[in-house]
Amino acid sequence: MDTENIIIINGLKCSFSKNETILETALRNGIKIPSLCYLSNTVSTGKCKICLVEIEGEDELVLSCQTVSQHGMVVKTDTPRIAAARRARLEELISSGHHNCLVQEMDINSWTDFQRDAMAPDIHRTLCPAYGECRLQDLAIQYRARPVKAAKITAPPVEDVNPFIVRDFSRCILCGRCVKACNEVQVNRVINFNESESKVITKDDLPLKDSNCVFCGECVQVCPVGALVSKRDFEIHTKPNTTKKIRTTCSYCGVGCQIYIHVKDNQIVKVTGVDNFGPNRGSLCVKGRFGFDFVQHPARLTTPLIRKGKKLKEATWDEAIDYIANKLGYLKDKYGPDSIGVLTSARITNEENYLAQKFARAVIGTNNIDHCARL
Amino acid sequence: MAGLAAAFGSGAMTNPISDIEKADVILVIGSNTTENHPVLSTYVKRAVTKKGAKLIVADPRKIDLTQFATHWLRHTLGTDVALINGMMNVIIEENLYDKDYVESRTEGFKELKEMVKTYSPEHVEDITGVPAKQLVEAARLYAGAKAGSILYAMGITQHITGTDNVKSLANLAMLCGNIGIEGGGVNPLRGQNNVQGACDMGGLPNVYSGYQKVDDPAVRERMIKAWSLKDLPDRPGIPVTEMMELAYDGKMKAMYIIGENPMLSDPDLSHVKKSLKNLDLLVVQDIFLTETAQLADVVLPSASFAEKDGTFTNTERRVQRVRKAVSSPGDAKDDWKIICNLADKMGYPMKYGNPRDIFREISEVTPSYSGITYERIEHEGIYWPCPTKDHPGTPVLHKEQFSRGLGLFHAVEYLPPAELPDKKYPLFLTTGRVLYQYHTGTMTMKSDGLNQLAPECFVEISKKDAEVYHIEDNDMLKIISRRGKIKARAKISERAKQGMVFIPFHYVRAAANKLTNTALDPVAKIPEYKVCAIKIEKAA
Repeated sequence: MDTENIIIINGLKCSFSKNETILETALRNGIKIPSLCYLSNTVSTGKCKICLVEIEGEDELVLSCQTVSQHGMVVKTDTPRIAAARRARLEELISSGHHNCLVQEMDINSWTDFQRDAMAPDIHRTLCPAYGECRLQDLAIQYRARPVKAAKITAPPVEDVNPFIVRDFSRCILCGRCVKACNEVQVNRVINFNESESKVITKDDLPLKDSNCVFCGECVQVCPVGALVSKRDFEIHTKPNTTKKIRTTCSYCGVGCQIYIHVKDNQIVKVTGVDNFGPNRGSLCVKGRFGFDFVQHPARLTTPLIRKGKKLKEATWDEAIDYIANKLGYLKDKYGPDSIGVLTSARITNEENYLAQKFARAVIGTNNIDHCARL
Repeated sequence: MAGLAAAFGSGAMTNPISDIEKADVILVIGSNTTENHPVLSTYVKRAVTKKGAKLIVADPRKIDLTQFATHWLRHTLGTDVALINGMMNVIIEENLYDKDYVESRTEGFKELKEMVKTYSPEHVEDITGVPAKQLVEAARLYAGAKAGSILYAMGITQHITGTDNVKSLANLAMLCGNIGIEGGGVNPLRGQNNVQGACDMGGLPNVYSGYQKVDDPAVRERMIKAWSLKDLPDRPGIPVTEMMELAYDGKMKAMYIIGENPMLSDPDLSHVKKSLKNLDLLVVQDIFLTETAQLADVVLPSASFAEKDGTFTNTERRVQRVRKAVSSPGDAKDDWKIICNLADKMGYPMKYGNPRDIFREISEVTPSYSGITYERIEHEGIYWPCPTKDHPGTPVLHKEQFSRGLGLFHAVEYLPPAELPDKKYPLFLTTGRVLYQYHTGTMTMKSDGLNQLAPECFVEISKKDAEVYHIEDNDMLKIISRRGKIKARAKISERAKQGMVFIPFHYVRAAANKLTNTALDPVAKIPEYKVCAIKIEKAA
């Protein structure tokens, strides 16, 4: 351990690298400091003000995402004073928008004016689509934060005039993660804060569909609340903890992004990027994130077909395999193995490609095997 | 990939994707990266905006990446070799090349030096239309890089000179000592999720898995033993483009097509249709009734990627897991199971319990995959070559030496495309893709959302050409080549270069490949999709 670069966090000696913030040093050393706006590999906005910590010898609490680690610093991340400050800030954030999740299951007669207000718009009668995956909700529960004021919540209307992304400004906490994701991770440079920093907007505040947005959905993936939601989630309101997610590799281009397929009752409901692992480190494109409908499309082939005259007729697997085996065998005997060609595929797995070439070479006896890589 | 194999001894991305952010100069040529490899393009954009790298984009179209470029070389379609030779001319003339590297790591430099002499920046300007001054600046920039990365895609390979184009890029990279180092390399971006894997697994007429040659007696002997056979064919087979020719002539009798749609992806579609219809037996195995499947004698329903276990190998040679998330519809089956059933029926039993069993066999017979197991790639994929179980994999190729020993320079002269505009067909056509659609659309066109964002074919045309032909935005046009015609709406755009139009090839109803040329690269057998001559008329 480099003795010149030591900081003590909660009694633990931690090494840090140059210009690293206390938050980053802590994370790297396995110490969790809660934050709503921190996004790795970007410059912190410091907007959520949750990551407060105490530094020995300093009167004020500081934001750990804005303070660079310095040799000899003694830091505490979880004192009663910090907890109180975090709770106050969380209450401010919950009160700033339509964050109705915590009252959802209460008797309506027990609602406060604030809660009634939060539940008033039609679209908010149902469960917030981020329920169960909301970082604000998690922290509000952890710190027992409650809405504090009954001020009227004014927010721009929900924008859903595009196929994929719903923007519900009434739930935006202005943390700026989406801005960072768009500008510093995907570098699409589509959204930013308006001048008064009261709304995240596209150029000229146009809807996404009329901006130069490419619908990569990185903003949806990083949104810590229910302000940016995939349209499918918004519409079907999948109950929390009823889906399972399976990690696999995207099937579009050659980049091989690592994805989670979220499944409920054998239906794909969502695709998200796998954070922290290459090659994509959580990022996806519009096709990978939103273009999964083909998998469970009604036009999928579900049974073998054999041509009878001009028409393809349904058949059993036995009939189809018999038919092909007989005909291939006949043609091979009559015209030789090189009269047969096999096209394997850039779409199927390695295991399947391996068997396809083995089939051509070992079963048919020809090297006439290729695929459409060139095309 | 033939070009890279000839120069380096191995035809794949030399460096991992994450290396892009370690380059200080990046040359992107023949790749519309933000639309075709969107996530990979974020590495390029971050390299420029966060790491201070300089970007050179060479493309006739004003693609989005040009916004990030220090130099945008807008060369005439099909003049890549001249452009690269021009850059090398400057680098050699001005003594900017890496002499130690050329001396110790390569061969064939003398011939290259002699050849590029004639490609003065002024002469290259005549061929490519790129101002000499700009070419010189770009050449100096690339040569000055500590680590220079070259990225290319189909815009380089889909030419009759595709192999030459790739060899030229290999020349340029070796000349500046950029192969075998972190952040450098010559990196072909593969278009489909498992093209790399299909090649690695021997889905090619001349090699078994791991690029082991079928005409090498020692290799064949080993495979005969591994597969418990008496014999294996010793002559290389023929590529897909020639299979179609033979089918057309009635010499190819049967084709078994798995997960491909040549009825949209091949050049000159009417020819393909006749070829496929001419077969005695056409078997198509796919997830949808594609245009190709509609011509089949037997159609076999297969499982999609989300319904099976296995591995894909991505463009950077990383072997990654595929896992089953949902069950297949109806009677659809995993492709591997279908192949096994068919082999069993034909008297060669293929008994595997699961894809893991198949992968074990792959590791046994494929030296570059020998050290890879499912356990090792549970969390993160491994880059081949990975020869042993304790080998960490190989992110950067050709570090100490090239796969073939010394890197080989190829003195490659510029040749014009097979078909150039003339009086009758006065415009260049180039084809490609758009962000919201994928290949022949069998997947993306099942998404209402993607269709909303990219609903139909279009002809991207420059403002000047639109004026010449009195075309307004959205006018319906007829686009006619020597091989066919299609209709599509005009999209007047500053992306298009004067004298050239662009059409995406995804759409069945206006299939751009009705127009394209079947002329092939003589080595790689890739059709010249990127260049042909057309004329346009307003549709009545």
